[in-house]
Amino acid sequence: MADSDGRQVDGVNHATGKIYRLKLFFNNEGKELTKEEKQRLRKEKKQHKKNKKDDKGPPEKEKEKEKASVPAPSKPATQSPAHKAAPAPVHASESAAAAEKPAKSKAELRAERRARQDSERTSKHGKKEGGQQSASSKPKATPNELQPVVKRLPEHVQVDDPAALKKLAKKLERQQVRQIHSHVPLRSDYGYKVSLFSHLHQYSRKSPPTLQISIPATVIHPSIVRLGLQYSQGIIAGSNARSVALLHTFKQVIQDYSTPPNEELSRDLVNKLSPYISFLSQCRPLSASMGNAIKYIKKEISNIPSQCKEEEAKGKLQACIDSYINEKIILASEAISKYAIEKISDGDVILVYGCSSLVNHILCKAFEKQRKFRVIVVDSRPRLEGREALRRLVKKGIRCTYVLISALSYILPEVSKVFLGAHALLANGYVMSRVGTSQIALVAKAYNVPVLVCCETYKFCERVQTDSFVSNELDDPDDLIVTRNGKSHLENWQTVKSLGLLNLVYDVTPPDFVDLVITDLGMIPCTSVPVVLRVKNVDQ
Amino acid sequence: MPGADKETELSERIEAFLSELKRCGSGAGSLRGSAETARETTSLLRRITAQARWSNAGDLMEIIRKEGRRMTAGQPSETTVGNMVRRVLKIIREEYARSRGSTEEADQQESLHKLLTSGGSSEDNFRQHFTHLKANVIEAINELLTELEGTTDNISMQALEHIHSNEVIMTIGRSRTVEAFLKDAARKRKFHVIVAECAPFCQGHEMATSLSKEDIETTVIPDAAIFAVMSRVNKVIIGTQTVLANGGLRAVNGTHTLALAAKHHSTPLIVCAPMFKLSPQFPNEEDTFHKFVSPHEVLPFTEGEILSKVNAHCPVFDYVPPELITLFISNIGGNAPSYIYRLMSELYHPEDHEL
Repeated sequence: MADSDGRQVDGVNHATGKIYRLKLFFNNEGKELTKEEKQRLRKEKKQHKKNKKDDKGPPEKEKEKEKASVPAPSKPATQSPAHKAAPAPVHASESAAAAEKPAKSKAELRAERRARQDSERTSKHGKKEGGQQSASSKPKATPNELQPVVKRLPEHVQVDDPAALKKLAKKLERQQVRQIHSHVPLRSDYGYKVSLFSHLHQYSRKSPPTLQISIPATVIHPSIVRLGLQYSQGIIAGSNARSVALLHTFKQVIQDYSTPPNEELSRDLVNKLSPYISFLSQCRPLSASMGNAIKYIKKEISNIPSQCKEEEAKGKLQACIDSYINEKIILASEAISKYAIEKISDGDVILVYGCSSLVNHILCKAFEKQRKFRVIVVDSRPRLEGREALRRLVKKGIRCTYVLISALSYILPEVSKVFLGAHALLANGYVMSRVGTSQIALVAKAYNVPVLVCCETYKFCERVQTDSFVSNELDDPDDLIVTRNGKSHLENWQTVKSLGLLNLVYDVTPPDFVDLVITDLGMIPCTSVPVVLRVKNVDQ
Repeated sequence: MPGADKETELSERIEAFLSELKRCGSGAGSLRGSAETARETTSLLRRITAQARWSNAGDLMEIIRKEGRRMTAGQPSETTVGNMVRRVLKIIREEYARSRGSTEEADQQESLHKLLTSGGSSEDNFRQHFTHLKANVIEAINELLTELEGTTDNISMQALEHIHSNEVIMTIGRSRTVEAFLKDAARKRKFHVIVAECAPFCQGHEMATSLSKEDIETTVIPDAAIFAVMSRVNKVIIGTQTVLANGGLRAVNGTHTLALAAKHHSTPLIVCAPMFKLSPQFPNEEDTFHKFVSPHEVLPFTEGEILSKVNAHCPVFDYVPPELITLFISNIGGNAPSYIYRLMSELYHPEDHEL
């Protein structure tokens, strides 16, 4: 029995009653079906079903789709009388609905299934049909479909689970070129970890991740190795800087990529990128902005049509990356500056924390627009990033004051506004940012000083978090050691059994401390973050 | 003449003490704890009582007040000096009243009733001479000294009433009182301590190493992480430099942030402070409240080029309002902050509040 376009869909072996579905998923050239072809197949089957529902009834097309073998073809004959009642409502509902409503067809199928289960005992297949129907109708699903999302817990918060660690090690081993046995190295933890954080990695800056990489590391592109080292040593820090560096490196990788024979660029390139991403996350856990950028690139790559020539495809991808950087980062910061400058008035005393490239940009732009204000830079050990911000602002000529975060209560009565940067904005309205941000927001709230967070939309992420423990990053604990007056008390902290050093990188600020979030889409309250996420998903 | 020698010796001692005070105050916090300062002040006052020339209580009080003013001027932020002077003055008044035979007034405070019934100024100018006054006063000062020596132990004895097992306790900086408190509790209970290091002097490091030597599970966190870890903390126990008259604190910088974070999470804030730290000052003088040290601690000279264009501040103390404090633990037991004014009236005479 052949399908309308000449493919061998199924052959019914009348002798055994089994249906060969082996040839079902192969097109004429013998290659695996691509995503578009699979989609086309599904659409055809749906069409098939619509046309043949009067003659054969649902069971036949269900049989076509079934992955497991089903009993004798004589079944359709017995089933059709039983299903005479079922097809009738099927017709009615299908003719009534202009576009196929997935919910309705699921319900219909369930009714059919129940009826079928009464007559025959093959109940296992019922769920599969429902799933396949909804899968085929997904392209037409409307955004207001609340599909349950089953997320897999990321590896970097499962350090205390030995099974998860084993899985990661295996995955890293698998990501190797078939001929050369070099793989992405697994980085080991350093030092005593505080028990509350035993589920997170704690790496030392003194043992770089490239120690175990053999030369030549043909699995990992050299510019990726360089990028990974720059991340792990803290040379590139700050979420915008990291994302931009990542995207530039990917441009380089794409430039050097060449499609192997018998492979599609769209699928192979994505597979090539996976070990790079594993390596980078071993160097330093990926940030939310990097995650979004990677998702975007992967989507762009997989959307490359197969007829596209390699050079053309590469050029297109590089143009995509450039436009992403331009739109989401550079133009976004211009837009945010415009909104933020409206909020800065003459005579303001503005407090900033640490070094946020966006906030520095806003202040420099406001200063250029002749606003009269002065800035208080708050800094904290051990990173002391505020000094970098101080240098940039002083170079511009802005009047600055510098304090450490413990002097916050002293300096806050002078402050009129607080501007904070963000690492990511979570879907429940919490702001994830450098550790200490929540403290600043807390004390500012106690003194009734408005807190404004500036964040581009590409940093919005779907995660939800309520405390700073579950998902965080632990930095090198040796950074906390300081030498004062020639003495450093914590020098031998490793030898003391009950002493631990905790160097957190991020913390989450509850939305009630934040008064306003300034994004490139406008000024929104903290609780509107999921709305923006939803709008973004529909657009894409 | 022996008397003159004694006098010169006495003034030498006073000078030595003053210079010691001035030197200590400019460093990182105090090189000696407040307890030591209190003890030294009290012994010095005893010596003054013993060796100075005075004939009646009024003279003695004048002398002590004069020396007291000099000492507090040497290091205004070290309030224990002034507190001890006031205590001694109160002792003198009491001994005088006892020698006169008059019963002590129950309520020293000014009240409307007293104003109406006393009829005229208060009777004595402390001009009567009593032979045994000197001995009594010196004995009373000795008692005060023994009380001072036992304060830390008295506070530590109460530790087991406040710490249960498997607790997570947070503290900031270095306080000898809190250290003794926690070490005493650690003998019988197992708990965790999180120490905020309190930049820029990082005294929390010393505290952590000393606690971990007693096998207490200690973790050091930077100041920026105080709010982040506060949700897992059961109690906050801190020491302080001074307890003010309204029940507020003048404590090391960063304490106000800690107190606010504790309030946000409804974590109890316990202050371990011996009674000699209680001072009759109120926190309303903004200029005199703060003490600053060299901004070199905050922005070192290695940052050269921007230094001249930037203001850097390094305050040493923080004000913590009494609403944020749950409990005071002192050598006389536990008290709420609203009771502090009452304790003060028992320790100091209202006329001595201004030295």
